[in-house]
Amino acid sequence: MMDHHQKDGLAGAVREALLHAVTHLEPSLMARLDWMYRETMSATEALGPDDGKKDRYEASLEVLAMIRENLAIADATGLPMCQDTGMVVAFVEMGPDVQLSMQEIGEALDSGIALAVRDGFFRNSVVLDPVFDRENTRTNLPAVVHWFPKNSGGLTIRMMLKGFGSENCSALAMLNPTAGVETVLSTILDMVRNAGGKPCPPIVLGVGLGGTAERALLLSKKALLREVGSVHPDPRYARLEQQLFDSIQGLHIGPGGFGGPLTALAVAVEYEPTHIAGLPVGVSISCWADRTAVVQWGGAQ
Amino acid sequence: MRREIRLPFDPGTISSLEAYDRVLLSGTVLVGRDQVHQRLSRLLQDGKDLPVPLQGETMYYMGPSATPDSMVIGSCGPTTSARMDRFVPALMEAGLVATIGKGPRSPQVIEAIRRHGGLYLIAFGGCGALYATKVVSQHILAFGELGPEALVRLEIRDFPVIVGIDSRGNSVFA
Repeated sequence: MMDHHQKDGLAGAVREALLHAVTHLEPSLMARLDWMYRETMSATEALGPDDGKKDRYEASLEVLAMIRENLAIADATGLPMCQDTGMVVAFVEMGPDVQLSMQEIGEALDSGIALAVRDGFFRNSVVLDPVFDRENTRTNLPAVVHWFPKNSGGLTIRMMLKGFGSENCSALAMLNPTAGVETVLSTILDMVRNAGGKPCPPIVLGVGLGGTAERALLLSKKALLREVGSVHPDPRYARLEQQLFDSIQGLHIGPGGFGGPLTALAVAVEYEPTHIAGLPVGVSISCWADRTAVVQWGGAQ
Repeated sequence: MRREIRLPFDPGTISSLEAYDRVLLSGTVLVGRDQVHQRLSRLLQDGKDLPVPLQGETMYYMGPSATPDSMVIGSCGPTTSARMDRFVPALMEAGLVATIGKGPRSPQVIEAIRRHGGLYLIAFGGCGALYATKVVSQHILAFGELGPEALVRLEIRDFPVIVGIDSRGNSVFA
């Protein structure tokens, strides 16, 4: 009985977190959007009347203004901010204080997602098989779930609603072990340049370095789940994040792809050990509607 | 600052619009995305009738989220246009004059727009809640079994877009 209670409670917490995420961005991301709006406005106002950049900057500023209006409407109406309510990607971290089994957690997660999809008027965006029938599951299930052990505390579920306009811009490169930081930088910049206006810029960039091919891409999602604007604890990787952030602005993709002065809202890099013969680089891009949610369940933190 | 335009487009209006122009659209559009484009293209290839004539029409690339009871439509912003690129020349050949979506387009689409004197309009990506307030009515025309991917007729009012490719083939993504 105890477990039934816990399961229902966890499902309810997942539902609540997703209903909030589909209509609201995290305060740190809202602050970044405000920053970009102010900066883009000053840059636009600073242009002379005949400046060739005027059209591009004004259109970019219009995109940022519409995003603000859209977020206000989503807040007021409870409508999803974007009709692509995505596929749920969940990182489940299990500490020693967790009293539920993996199966129970998985079931609670599924039912929490199904409830949010129904109550939040999500779009049914998941199909059963990728190649042949592509039959819609009508529940947005299954989610993509990754399981991790944790040394202390209870259960932490980090989720994102991953839209596919941006997910289709994901990329992997297997670099030489001697590539070095310059090649890592230029490889990632090429990936972002190729994505261009397609992933609904302004973007949040997640980069995964090391591991194996699939691990690098997983790390890039882990990076996207970090709080927007947080800095990597290793100063070398923190510098890499800053270099990427600055260089992406230099690509002049701009909001909506219109060529404005700023494109990146934030960059996060995660790394892990890798093989002597390789340097995997995984990249995941999030649109500005970078919808994330965290559920803590049981234990301290 | 924003020009108000009634749909369907008349040729004079189309040729007067230039890349980067800001526009508010009112009137009716068709809605279709990946599966609709594939099906319409197959019908054209097989020489069969389309569920709706495309002559003079505007196609909005969109698949809405679920409709709450109190509303006409759910969240309904644009999807990425590039995935529809390969279908555009044939659909414009069949009479489609304008498309609405987000993001860049292929050189083949730019060429088709120039050849037919059409338009590509850019809607604001991710702004689904905002666009829901610009929709007056919707009804399904065909392929209802596709759920959010059905072919739909939408009536819109003051629907904001920016001209992405004008009838002379000038593109904001050049």
